[in-house]
Amino acid sequence: MMQQTTGMPRLHKVIFLVLLAFLIALPFFVYPVFAMKVMCFALFAAAFNLLLGFGGLLSFGHAAYFGGASYVAAHAAKVWGLTPELSVLAGTAAAAVLGLLIGSLAIRRQGIYFAMVTLAFAQMVYFLALQLPFTGGEDGIQSVPRGDLFGLISLQNNMALYFFVLAVTFGGILFLYRVVHSPFGQVLKAIRENEPRAISLGYDVNRYKLTVFVLSATFAGMAGAMKSQVFQLASLTDVHWGMSGEVVLMTLLGGMGTVFGPLAGAAIIVTMQNYLATFGAWVTIIQGVIFVIGVLLFREGIVGVISRWIRRPL
Amino acid sequence: MFDLLGISPQVLMGQLLLGLINGSFYAVLSLGLAVIFGLLNIINFAHGALYMMGAFVAWMLLSYLGVGYWWALILSPLIVGVFGIVLERTMLSRLYKLDHLYGLLLTFGLALIIQGLFRNYYGISGLPYQIPEALSGGQNLGFMFLPNYRAWVVAASAVVCFGTWFMIEKTRLGAYLRAATENPVLVGAFGINVPLMIMLTYGFGVALAGFAGVLAAPIYSVNPNMGADLIIVVFAVVVIGGMGSIMGAILTGYVLGLVEGLTRVFYPEGSAVVIFVIMAIVLLIKPEGLFGKAA
Repeated sequence: MMQQTTGMPRLHKVIFLVLLAFLIALPFFVYPVFAMKVMCFALFAAAFNLLLGFGGLLSFGHAAYFGGASYVAAHAAKVWGLTPELSVLAGTAAAAVLGLLIGSLAIRRQGIYFAMVTLAFAQMVYFLALQLPFTGGEDGIQSVPRGDLFGLISLQNNMALYFFVLAVTFGGILFLYRVVHSPFGQVLKAIRENEPRAISLGYDVNRYKLTVFVLSATFAGMAGAMKSQVFQLASLTDVHWGMSGEVVLMTLLGGMGTVFGPLAGAAIIVTMQNYLATFGAWVTIIQGVIFVIGVLLFREGIVGVISRWIRRPL
Repeated sequence: MFDLLGISPQVLMGQLLLGLINGSFYAVLSLGLAVIFGLLNIINFAHGALYMMGAFVAWMLLSYLGVGYWWALILSPLIVGVFGIVLERTMLSRLYKLDHLYGLLLTFGLALIIQGLFRNYYGISGLPYQIPEALSGGQNLGFMFLPNYRAWVVAASAVVCFGTWFMIEKTRLGAYLRAATENPVLVGAFGINVPLMIMLTYGFGVALAGFAGVLAAPIYSVNPNMGADLIIVVFAVVVIGGMGSIMGAILTGYVLGLVEGLTRVFYPEGSAVVIFVIMAIVLLIKPEGLFGKAA
């Protein structure tokens, strides 16, 4: 079963290349902002999946890093006047720090408690976003300027911004892929499968857990920071527990613990929200139904099922 | 002393009462979570939605059928409990052999559905529910004004909490329940119908949430989101207390409500986050929770 050391298996290489070609062509066919939203959420879900699918840790508070980073990036671009890449970097760094703080507390509990602790801390971040002076309360941070990339390339144009988003999110997803398939990733899987055994083999389990938590939070933050640049907005929606639920749903639907599942899940959910936006609360209901069906009948997720059919890990 | 701190006793007592009311809801809800968790090993994410449903059922009984508060106090928890039993039989029972996290995910989905449905039909503005006539008005205690209904909420929740504790810790039925928590297979071998017990336990825990909802209806406006944010605070309460002990869940609920009330007096900006801060401290000092058993 092990994917051996000669780097990326050919199937994965092909899929990534096809995906890249598809994404390069995509903005010429669909509205670029929509495509950028999908990519941001794909990175968000991939980061979340690193923690749940490979680390076996269910965080119910990933909105904190996603939304927290989007606030910091928006603030950096609007008030500090930083260039887009530095704003995104600032947001990402903030998410990493937040992940370190929350993660070091949360990993003291396991399983269900871990989920509740992360949820509760994320709610605390939500209240902070509501009350802190720089976040704009109910309004959020609006009309964030798009700025010039490296101070040179204007991102006012949707197409220019699109390729910036593509580069960052695709790069992030490849990095996460690399992490999963590194020796570090193998240890993670060992901990997920049998924690006492990993401990008895001499691994400092908590350090691995914290590292994967911070990595996951960091990339979730990168996704959130990018989103704030795309929509020129950081709002309470991004830090709300509903957002934490959405990323769980994307990962569950696509297939947790698969490489491509979260990407597919993100694409499906964002598309669905896009088409059903006019139906208001029905979106929530449908998401709930997908949750219920997914848990009861379809735990492998879409990509998980395909992976079983073709008998190759995806 | 009060003058020294620049806080009038009226304000202090008023906020403490408010804290005690919130604490009553925390206690009843975390008690329900603890009862369910003990036997099913599931964290019921739908608890907040079912609390909201309890309030709505009371409102519907009054608006559509003219059934008043006192009957609603009995009927609404029953209806919510039966609804819970249906959920348990049709869905939750399929997950007992799997990782407990699936229970959390399933009940989260259920919460989204229930909240979404109510939001669709009743909007988010909230519906008023009158305080029953027998409990309107209040008492002037000299140092503060005590509305009768609020006193009733505190008393009713205390009675329910105590009754539940008594039933679980001191009766024969409770002994079966505690035994089944320890070792369901062995208890089943003694001829006790464990699946039935699990079903009724879930129904009972959920009915507690419905009961809290009815109590809350005249205080807060009845609206589809009333349970969503509350349940997250209750999760923090549960983490702080640890779910090992029934009494622990109850006490933690009341105490944290009071702490929140005090915070509102001395540092209002912190009142929304104080429980989460306490949770962080507890995680540092005693990660298994104040009343929890070491995992």
